[in-house]
Amino acid sequence: MREGSVLEMTGIYKSFPGVKALQNVSFRLCEGEIHALMGENGAGKSTLIKVLTGVYPKDDGEIYLKGQQGAVKIHSPQDAQRVGISTVYQEISLCPNLSVAENIYLGRGEGQTVSWRKMNEGAAKLLSSLGIDVKPTKQLASCSIAVQQMIAIARAVDMDCRVLILDEPTSSLDESEVAKLFKMMRDLKKRGVGIIFVTHFLDQVYEVCDKITVLRDGKLVGEYQIEDMPRVMLVSKMLGKELDDMAEIKNDIPVCDQKDSTPVYEAEGLCSSEGIQPFDFYIRRGEVNGFTGLLGSGRSESVRAIFGADKVTSGTVKMNGKPVNITKPIDAMRNGIAYLPEDRKRDGIVGDLSVRDNIILALQVITGFFKPFSKAKATEFAEEYIRLLDIKTASVNTPIKSLSGGNQQKVILGRWLLTHPKYLILDEPTRGIDVGTKVEIQKLVLKLASEGMSVTFISSETDEMLRTCSRLIVMRDRKQVGELTGEQLTQNTIMSTIAGGGNDEQAE
Amino acid sequence: MSRLNNKKGLLAGLLRHQMLIPIAALLLLALFNLIADPSFFKISLGTNSNGDPVLTGYLITIIDCGSELAILAIGMTLVTAASGGQDISVGAAIAISGSVVLRVLCGSDSHAQTLQAPIIVAFLVSCAVAMIFGAFNGTLVAFFRIQPMVATLILFTAGRYIAASFHNNELPIVNDPSFGYYGNYFPGIPVPTPCFIAVICFAVITLVLKRTNLGLYIQSVGINEKTARLNGLHPEWIKFMTYVILGLCVAVAGFIKVSRLSTINYSVIAKDIEMDAILAVALGGNALSGGKFNMGASILGAYVIQFLSTTLYKFNVQSDALPAYKAVVVILLVVMSAPAVREKLSALFAKLRKPSHAAQT
Repeated sequence: MREGSVLEMTGIYKSFPGVKALQNVSFRLCEGEIHALMGENGAGKSTLIKVLTGVYPKDDGEIYLKGQQGAVKIHSPQDAQRVGISTVYQEISLCPNLSVAENIYLGRGEGQTVSWRKMNEGAAKLLSSLGIDVKPTKQLASCSIAVQQMIAIARAVDMDCRVLILDEPTSSLDESEVAKLFKMMRDLKKRGVGIIFVTHFLDQVYEVCDKITVLRDGKLVGEYQIEDMPRVMLVSKMLGKELDDMAEIKNDIPVCDQKDSTPVYEAEGLCSSEGIQPFDFYIRRGEVNGFTGLLGSGRSESVRAIFGADKVTSGTVKMNGKPVNITKPIDAMRNGIAYLPEDRKRDGIVGDLSVRDNIILALQVITGFFKPFSKAKATEFAEEYIRLLDIKTASVNTPIKSLSGGNQQKVILGRWLLTHPKYLILDEPTRGIDVGTKVEIQKLVLKLASEGMSVTFISSETDEMLRTCSRLIVMRDRKQVGELTGEQLTQNTIMSTIAGGGNDEQAE
Repeated sequence: MSRLNNKKGLLAGLLRHQMLIPIAALLLLALFNLIADPSFFKISLGTNSNGDPVLTGYLITIIDCGSELAILAIGMTLVTAASGGQDISVGAAIAISGSVVLRVLCGSDSHAQTLQAPIIVAFLVSCAVAMIFGAFNGTLVAFFRIQPMVATLILFTAGRYIAASFHNNELPIVNDPSFGYYGNYFPGIPVPTPCFIAVICFAVITLVLKRTNLGLYIQSVGINEKTARLNGLHPEWIKFMTYVILGLCVAVAGFIKVSRLSTINYSVIAKDIEMDAILAVALGGNALSGGKFNMGASILGAYVIQFLSTTLYKFNVQSDALPAYKAVVVILLVVMSAPAVREKLSALFAKLRKPSHAAQT
């Protein structure tokens, strides 16, 4: 082991049936360093993390840790915790029905009896030292996703870890929360903790990291100091090619010039059981618009009301000028509306079913119970969209849950495109997926719009919305507070509209 | 185990397949009988008390007596897949639907000499009644979101008393011999009628699964209800439907059961069959927590259970002791079909296969 390292992994191999997930990958983490692990979906980041934390057994290779003689053997996440490796995953893996304090101390008592008072006091101290404003006795499920994420980090911090792995911790946080998280990370860095930071956000990498390790197709591309690595170079390393797509797409802002045509979809006073204020909304043929706002502002709830995913309580809806009644998803689907949900794992995939079944599901439901597609027909549909969207899967029979996140998302997208919708709603389609796929999806949205489809696009990344949308509806506190078009579509106007005049929202 | 090793070339492809466990169990049982007493497999053509030709032999007994269980396994598989739980009231429901058949056939006189209604009418009425009771369970599970085991506990507890109350606790007997044909033999046909009924049921469910989206819908709902809903499905209705379909299976099984004896014993008929039906689903490698299912494996599982019972009977195991022997075998089978064990097994076979592969190439 070299001087200053807390962790060294050498010559790691791991393969799954049909896929070589990791080939001769090495990784070195120094004391007090924040090290970004970058790569496209399927590059092997998650696999490397899971090998390190004992979730997957490795096929070959050695792992060395500071203070341990020789190669360490990690067979389970418990082993990893014991040797000081803690992980906070993208999807929160705490117990929602326990209290905050219980979650922090869960599984660490080693058979001692519990003093609730001590536990709650300890948790309160820890939370306040990290600047997390939540009561230790509160039930975890009643905290926001962002707070849950921070509690997961607090738990890891308190376990006295020397290697902290953050696997996409920021994908569900808003900016002020990200800032808090980064402060936390810098504090830990000062204490000598080595942090592995997996993220898709380039800005965040440049803000907080010291070093970058890039993986591609299961192989190590290289380890770089952050100063020596301009963004463009990083992106091209990740993709394995020179990429100017970002610039190209920027010049291509779509214009919707059919101001007087009848809207494809028009709603008045629409309101759902999820507590959004009644709102009006319309979209024209070939238009791309978007809902923007902070987390919890009601942008997802709005589109869910349009699709009938939540209980619609009031409002009138017209499609192409004709009144229609949309109270449940099947009504919306029959009227040519498609909805890609925000939470892929919870609302999007049918995990154990094959890629083929997942692709045909929506169209099959529209076609009807007594008209199943033949296996050949279904395979043909599936293969068409696997090719069109460049979905990386071993075969159409592979269960969707074994695909990487980005490819799962493409399958769900394919499912809705197969229904040939007139109006496509995409709620966070690019969340937690890599730069290359993000650009692909943005381009696809613009292409679909140019062919006449109406698209509503929701994203947490404002620049992504600016690149694709010609009209933005701004939401705050479950209310529509503004609509921006043309010249108004800049970061600054959006921010100031979101923030509003003199209220307590934080939106710097 | 040694048997599996001998056949590893053939089984290699099957290893990950769901049918593996029921097929292996069947082979193991067959092998055991072959060694212990090859006459087990003897099938002979004899005559029954009416002078009609009938096939006899243990194998015939297995496919004959396994019919009800296999038919129930169809419905139980669907219920399990959609609702992630099991219906434990099927035994009691068989008592009810069987009782209904006899009530319609006997009319008000429990020892009627002639049939008071055509058999088909009795059967259809019992189907309707069993489906109503299925709908009752389905409503509790799907719309009131009560855990399946708790919801069906109600009928499990009350069912046999309901069945008895149709006849004021008397034991009705059907004296017309033609009613007995359905549970025994049609004159001149040497194969037991229940086998034909079971085959018809398999054909119907195969056709339904092929010609409709029932399988896709049930699996989607069982795996991810939220996604199913957002894709236009109505999860509650689909769960509800599976219980109604199970009700239909119950009616068919109940009809066979009462036809076998032309009478009914409320407290004994189809006793513990719910557990065997659930076991058949589990033996078929289907997760009892719902989701993906394999109908063929469940049906095969049902016959494995019957094979086991018949084998034990043959070796004069006391009927009281039967469940204990069954339990031992069941533990073995279920442990073998557990995903964790299967993974270990396939890893083991992969290791064993490597050297032989090298030799071949």
